[in-house]
Amino acid sequence: MTATSAQTITAPARARTAADSATIRRPQGFQHGGWFVAPFLLLFALFVIWPLLRGVWLSFTDANISGEGARFIGLDNYREALKDPLMWDSLGHSAFFTLMVVPCITVLAFLLAMLAHHIERGKWLWRLCFFAPFLLPSTVAANLWQWLFNPGTGMINYVFGIETPWLTDKSYAMLAIVIQTLWWTVGFSFLLYLAALQGIPGHLYEAAKLDGANAWHRMVHITLPMLRNITGLVVALQILASLQVFDQAVVMMDFLPGPEGSTRTFVQFTLEEGFTSYRVGYASAISVIFFVIIAAVALARMWLLRNREESAR
Amino acid sequence: MTTAVPVKSRKPWTPSQIILTLLGTAVSAAFLAPFAWALFTSLKSETEAVEVPPHWLPEVWTGQAWQALFETGNITNWFVNSVAVSVCVTSVVLLVSALAGYGFARTEFRGKKPLMGLVMAGLMISPAVLGVPLFTTVQQMGMVDTYWGMILPQCAPAAMVYILYKFFQGIPRELEEAAFIDGAGRWRVFFTIVLPLSRPSLAAVGIFTFIASWNNFLWPYMVTNNPDLMTMPNGIATVMNSYGIQWAQLMAGGLMAGLPLIIVFVFFQRQIVAGVAHTGLAGQ
Repeated sequence: MTATSAQTITAPARARTAADSATIRRPQGFQHGGWFVAPFLLLFALFVIWPLLRGVWLSFTDANISGEGARFIGLDNYREALKDPLMWDSLGHSAFFTLMVVPCITVLAFLLAMLAHHIERGKWLWRLCFFAPFLLPSTVAANLWQWLFNPGTGMINYVFGIETPWLTDKSYAMLAIVIQTLWWTVGFSFLLYLAALQGIPGHLYEAAKLDGANAWHRMVHITLPMLRNITGLVVALQILASLQVFDQAVVMMDFLPGPEGSTRTFVQFTLEEGFTSYRVGYASAISVIFFVIIAAVALARMWLLRNREESAR
Repeated sequence: MTTAVPVKSRKPWTPSQIILTLLGTAVSAAFLAPFAWALFTSLKSETEAVEVPPHWLPEVWTGQAWQALFETGNITNWFVNSVAVSVCVTSVVLLVSALAGYGFARTEFRGKKPLMGLVMAGLMISPAVLGVPLFTTVQQMGMVDTYWGMILPQCAPAAMVYILYKFFQGIPRELEEAAFIDGAGRWRVFFTIVLPLSRPSLAAVGIFTFIASWNNFLWPYMVTNNPDLMTMPNGIATVMNSYGIQWAQLMAGGLMAGLPLIIVFVFFQRQIVAGVAHTGLAGQ
């Protein structure tokens, strides 16, 4: 289908550009650009923009899952959400998770990348080992660690000779999810760091060596500054992903909110309101609040980047 | 000179290399241990799997769990569904986002700036953020519990358009202009010059879309309850977890879901690493 539509449009376009070839600097194919972006924009409008607008609309109504008989109730959903202790709890859990995961993953990814970069033999093997967990589906990785953390039959307690009730005690449950997430996702940031390390020109190190800089100085004055951009990227991506944590938390806790509700994440709370309590209007209001938080983080990053570019000028 | 020299020029084992290699081996072992645990568990009988205290190697090696997995469950269905959904999502995303990336990078049309802004805003939206309204939208279209409902909402990733947009901007304009002078049109230039030049970027986008789609749990979980339509991650997490977990079977199923991508990684390692570097640079 796309092949034929491409051909039908190609013919007139070719004739036109041939005629205009003397004035190449003119914007080419003014009205054809729209066709390039049209298929994407159609999908984007249907499955991103429309749900967003719809979510905003639903958040002002008391809609249920059937979608019938929704009444406009103004800001009531938002008022209720801001007073809802469950919302604040779940927001707190997601924020706590983010605060734990982001620094750990950044440091760990950097160290693993340094290790893999500096070992001269078998580079592919280290890469494979550190990246392999990332290739597992979230639910599989979660089940695996649920099994490892299992008291009695699990390996973690056995190997370390401890008897920690990882998944059933309020004070350990989130920690268990953090550990699982580190193992599962560090590989992606690791690869970003590794690529950045390989991109640092070797002559910088040689020059420093000639000037008598030792390995520590070379790392502090060359490697770390050269990795600043990629660190910004890793941190930003991790914050955005960690705030949206859901899969591993629900699977490790058997689709429940964990001991005393201590691992109920924000996404889980939204889905509970929408699909368990059938309160689509209320769930939409929470989603909109969540969207605002995510957008704020993303915009803050853009603002930081722009500031840095301007100060560099 | 031209005769084969059997002696490879090996790098010397300096003390620091020995220490680093030992350290690397220890860390790798820690990273791989959970995989080994899954594999060994899947080769135990269900009763041996839950013995206390646990032991690494099975005392009796048995393929019972694997056999039961194929005989009783619908894991083969899920596997086929996963392949179908991921392949469809990847093809559509590649086509649609390459076209859009090029359109935004190199063509002019009315409303380009605000539309690009909209795409950038789309970077912040995911099923995790907008799950409930996205579900009601799909419900309204009558696509709940269908392949369409599972596939299409995964096909509008603003991030992939953005990556390709950045890449297309970096292609020297002179290459295209030479072709325009020879009388080629926009579409011809796109398909015969731009696309072949962007193979590494397209590979990166394709690989990441495939990984994301194969591993996607949240959206299929929301949009289908029908065990015949489920994908691997989804079926394993919901059906296999729902009635008294059988750990050996669960581990076997998990390995079956995870291994295809790991095998793909072993073969396409170079492209994937280059792809990550690429995506990283685009996002920087």
